[in-house]
Amino acid sequence: MSVRQMEGARAVAETVAACRPQVVCAYPITPQTHIVEGLGALVKTGTLAPCEFVNVESEFAAMSVAIGASAAGARAYTATASQGLLFMTEALYNASGMGLPIVMTVANRAIGAPINIWNDHSDAMSQRDSGWIQLYAETNQEAMDLHPQAFRLAEELSVPVMVCMDGFVLTHAFEALEVPDQAAVDAFLPPFEPRQVLDPDAPLTIGAMVGPEAFTEVRYLAFHRQREALTRIPEIAGEFRAAFGRDSGGLLHTYRCEDATTVVLAMGSVLGTLKDAVDGLRDDGERIGVVGLTSFRPFPMDAVREALGAAERVIVLERAFSVGVGGIVSANVHMALAGLDQRYHTVIAGLGGRAITGRSLRAMLLDAIGGRLDPLVFLDLDRGLVDRELERVRGHRRSGPAAENILRDLGIVAGGPHR
Amino acid sequence: MFQVRIHGRGGQGVVTAAELLSVAAFAEGRTAQAFPSFGSERTGAPVVAFCRIADGPIRTREPIAEPDALIVQDATLLHQVDVFGGLRPGGYILLNSPRTFDELGIGDLTARFRHERLLTVPATEIALRHLGRPIPNAVLLGGFSAVSGVVSLPSIAAALRERFPERLAEQNVAAATEAHDWVEAEMRELTT
Repeated sequence: MSVRQMEGARAVAETVAACRPQVVCAYPITPQTHIVEGLGALVKTGTLAPCEFVNVESEFAAMSVAIGASAAGARAYTATASQGLLFMTEALYNASGMGLPIVMTVANRAIGAPINIWNDHSDAMSQRDSGWIQLYAETNQEAMDLHPQAFRLAEELSVPVMVCMDGFVLTHAFEALEVPDQAAVDAFLPPFEPRQVLDPDAPLTIGAMVGPEAFTEVRYLAFHRQREALTRIPEIAGEFRAAFGRDSGGLLHTYRCEDATTVVLAMGSVLGTLKDAVDGLRDDGERIGVVGLTSFRPFPMDAVREALGAAERVIVLERAFSVGVGGIVSANVHMALAGLDQRYHTVIAGLGGRAITGRSLRAMLLDAIGGRLDPLVFLDLDRGLVDRELERVRGHRRSGPAAENILRDLGIVAGGPHR
Repeated sequence: MFQVRIHGRGGQGVVTAAELLSVAAFAEGRTAQAFPSFGSERTGAPVVAFCRIADGPIRTREPIAEPDALIVQDATLLHQVDVFGGLRPGGYILLNSPRTFDELGIGDLTARFRHERLLTVPATEIALRHLGRPIPNAVLLGGFSAVSGVVSLPSIAAALRERFPERLAEQNVAAATEAHDWVEAEMRELTT
């Protein structure tokens, strides 16, 4: 194994190739595109063989081809982001409902409108109930390492797995990364032995209609399989650590949580910046720690309760939210912590690529420790911009499109607000 | 940690420059993280890319607001973007221009920064001579290796050879070497 200075997306492509997918479906969408481009190049040069690289006409087709390939017994892979993930929604539910162990990388990106190509978690969060396992990577190395683990998990349990990595922040970052050695991946990830396979010599039906007499039971089995994953995810991460020497994957990671009275839970690449901020506060004598959640689906209720249960104050920092409610990850965390006497805060941050800075995190954490933080906060919200638009809306009926009005206020689009 | 921000326009290889710088630092046994400002890529639009260089792990993922050094690939940006924003006192600036800071009318920057660290190099002219194309990124990296001493010229050359086909790599190495020598001479002049 060698460490190279390389782009995250390229490193993920090489790692996926080491997992020997037999069918890769490709449809380009920023910021995922470099991953399937990298795989395409590896297939073309014969580095990844045998593998069918299928250029499809849409994300819906990408997932549909992956379903067909997986049902025919092939190890199938694809990658997408944002609107692309939404466009495959119907097929996502079919993949999980039929128990097809497809692995897909989601290079997390915001969802429009307004159109936005930058990072947040809205895309994957919108599919949290699709029946796919969702693993979130903190770093590029973890994003890479999660792929062999994802194939292991998917194929053992017959459940599809999404590996979520922050678009641009990770996919487009150049860093020192270690692509797992082919022989080591081969030893870790056995060839795909499907639980069900379409075979002309032994015909069967997959995806039959199921009525009220058995639908509940079939759905319960999906629930059961994800519960099994709660046990297998840490076991597989342990085997990975033994084979590759890296602590990647698992249900969650704790950082400086011993004796912490305040604990912040987050997912994805913000954890690095957050740990630096927490180090600074620890230097100032604050008892504060971090929980990095890797497995969002299945949601590890017990592990979360164990990691956060002793804290007096819990902050959930998330890169998406449910309009009309607030935090999404928070809602799950609250379930895990039900009945405990703690203070809870939800901090929505980093939407549509807004940078989450160490300075803002530090100020927010100090507010929380000082008892000045509201239960629900939008980090670095420009309240003035919001108020100006609210004033326009109150002022006259035809105030025009909000997003465009705000761009004019910012001077990004020429001309005054809509009249 | 040494933090570099690179400003330029779409098509000038801004993102590639940050990546190459990180590869050069990695080759010297250091930790490096390069990333773009994540804009919609359009030829001619202002682009920013970042590179952090350290001796230990780099965990933060935020954009570089307070760089130790700036590389400005296009002088016309000075009127459009706050390129000097957040530069640390004692920071370095390397600007692509055939003229000096004083000739450009921005000599007042020397009140805030150290005069001998405000440098210009005619990177577009050097690129045109060596590559036949006005792509100043690798040239400026050669100049930058002289400015800051953070990475050596041979490491920049190695990064170029790793990235580009042989002929293009050698053209860029020759151009980067010329810029390195130019900037070295300019620094001697400014310090005496």
